Amino acid sequence: MNHNHPVFTDNDPQSELVTLNLGPTHPATHGVFQNVLQLDGERIVSGVSTIGYIHRAFEKIAEHRPFYQITPLTDRLNYCSSPINNMGWHMTVEKLLNIQMPKRVDYLRVIIMELSRIADHIICNTIIGQDTGATTTFLYLFQFREHIYEIFEEVCGARLTTNIGRIGGFERDFNDIAFAKIDKFLKEFPKALKEFENLLSRNRIFIDRTAGVAEVTKETALEYSWTGPLLRATGVDYDVRVSDPYSSYQDFDFEVPVGTSGDIYDRYLVRNEEMWQSVRIIEQAIVKLKTEPKGIFHADVPEFYLPPKQEVYNNMEALIYHFKIVMGEIDAPKAEVYHAVEGGNGELGFYLINDGGRTPYRLHFRRPSFINYQMFAPMSEGMLLSDAIINMSSMNIIAGELDA
Amino acid sequence: MEETTLNNDIHVKLTEKFGEKVTAVSEPYGLLTFVTYKDVIINVLSHLKEELKFNFLTDITAVHYPGKEHGIAVVYHLHNMVEKQRIRIKVFISEQNPTIPTATNVWKGANWMERETYDLFGVKFEGHPDLRRILNMDDLGVHPMLKQYPLEDPNRVDKKDEFFGR
Repeated sequence: MNHNHPVFTDNDPQSELVTLNLGPTHPATHGVFQNVLQLDGERIVSGVSTIGYIHRAFEKIAEHRPFYQITPLTDRLNYCSSPINNMGWHMTVEKLLNIQMPKRVDYLRVIIMELSRIADHIICNTIIGQDTGATTTFLYLFQFREHIYEIFEEVCGARLTTNIGRIGGFERDFNDIAFAKIDKFLKEFPKALKEFENLLSRNRIFIDRTAGVAEVTKETALEYSWTGPLLRATGVDYDVRVSDPYSSYQDFDFEVPVGTSGDIYDRYLVRNEEMWQSVRIIEQAIVKLKTEPKGIFHADVPEFYLPPKQEVYNNMEALIYHFKIVMGEIDAPKAEVYHAVEGGNGELGFYLINDGGRTPYRLHFRRPSFINYQMFAPMSEGMLLSDAIINMSSMNIIAGELDA
Repeated sequence: MEETTLNNDIHVKLTEKFGEKVTAVSEPYGLLTFVTYKDVIINVLSHLKEELKFNFLTDITAVHYPGKEHGIAVVYHLHNMVEKQRIRIKVFISEQNPTIPTATNVWKGANWMERETYDLFGVKFEGHPDLRRILNMDDLGVHPMLKQYPLEDPNRVDKKDEFFGR
């Protein structure tokens, strides 16, 4: 079939195939993207994905903004785990500028990134539950996403599009309330996650709906450049945190869970286990923080780190640095750098070319959702419509990251 | 540095195989980068995948350098997951006739990455099974990431690009 012009069938009841427009604003797609499916009864014969409904040309906008103004753009990629995107971008620039971060900042970043990963996985796994008919799980675990957002709020003042941190560290130290909230979260979340697992993991209906559905082999997953929990569910133990450690992940003791068959049930299990591992990492980070000198929340790089307002108004040097950073006049090497972090959905890469101008010459985001999603239409062929819906939820496609 | 010897190793092996077709080898931030030509790019990619175990295609994108003879650079990032090594390959192609063979025969995942590159830069991947725009609408008419297209409405006088860095 010609993918440019999907065949729309008429409404003749005798006609063999039925065209179904899944999206662009369909509750089951959890985002703005369209699939034109040809159905034979309940089975999908072929599908055509159309994306780009919220394309906002971030790569073009980024060519016109100084480095520090690009952080809010990255918020809106995977908006379910914005802090990972923010920090991925900060670390890219720090790599370009050869800034060595103090350990305490690395650990604070790890805490925030792992909390975001939990928030991201909560969304995906509870929605798999929701789409298989278990609304309880969705309502039950979702409150912990709320608690995570409260922690973000305490750290940076925002909840969803966080713009958390700065190039060179954080804008302010975590306060006691933030640490108290993290402690409370660490105490309460494992119980709730255990209960969530009790509701789903051995649930007959859930297993029947998910096990053996949308199986993907390792070879296919690698062929399609899958990363993240989707790739790990097929049995490939690739995790950027381990293979290419950033932000001192090498100091932490954690496991990379892998599945065997790559089906929806395995993806669910992998994400659940990653939440357990994230909790472990945060606990270790809290312990490690106690041995680090207090009060350090950014690297000592005044020429790249935005000074506090108090100093800008009272201190000549701070004023000069502030002006230079805001106008994009920082002295960055003319070079190109690729930096990858493990986002909620996989390898989130930043390819930055700097030519010495005020703004990046080119910035490209390697967006895991975009690359993972291209397999959705081919793998849906021959699948039941209801299975395809759960398959889509388990891929955790975030429209913002899909379209950039 | 272990990484450097690894990179050196790959460099030697590539030069043995492709000779002068592998040029401008550099190592910014430890990532082996080289330039090759579009007549051998698919051979280079297949060789890297099959022989040198760069099994994973991380990304395909492009960069526009206006005013140069070969003004569009198509950039491939590959990854050897076992050795934990990355490699970057660039191919400079002409802006007037931006064609390059498709990598979809080497990796199926190249499909959308190439569609995105075509959409934003107008690079025509020869032999691509389904080369359509992916993010922008079909009748946009331009390839918006090329540098000649300004970000703001060019008729505005209050927001000239030069005030904002470009």
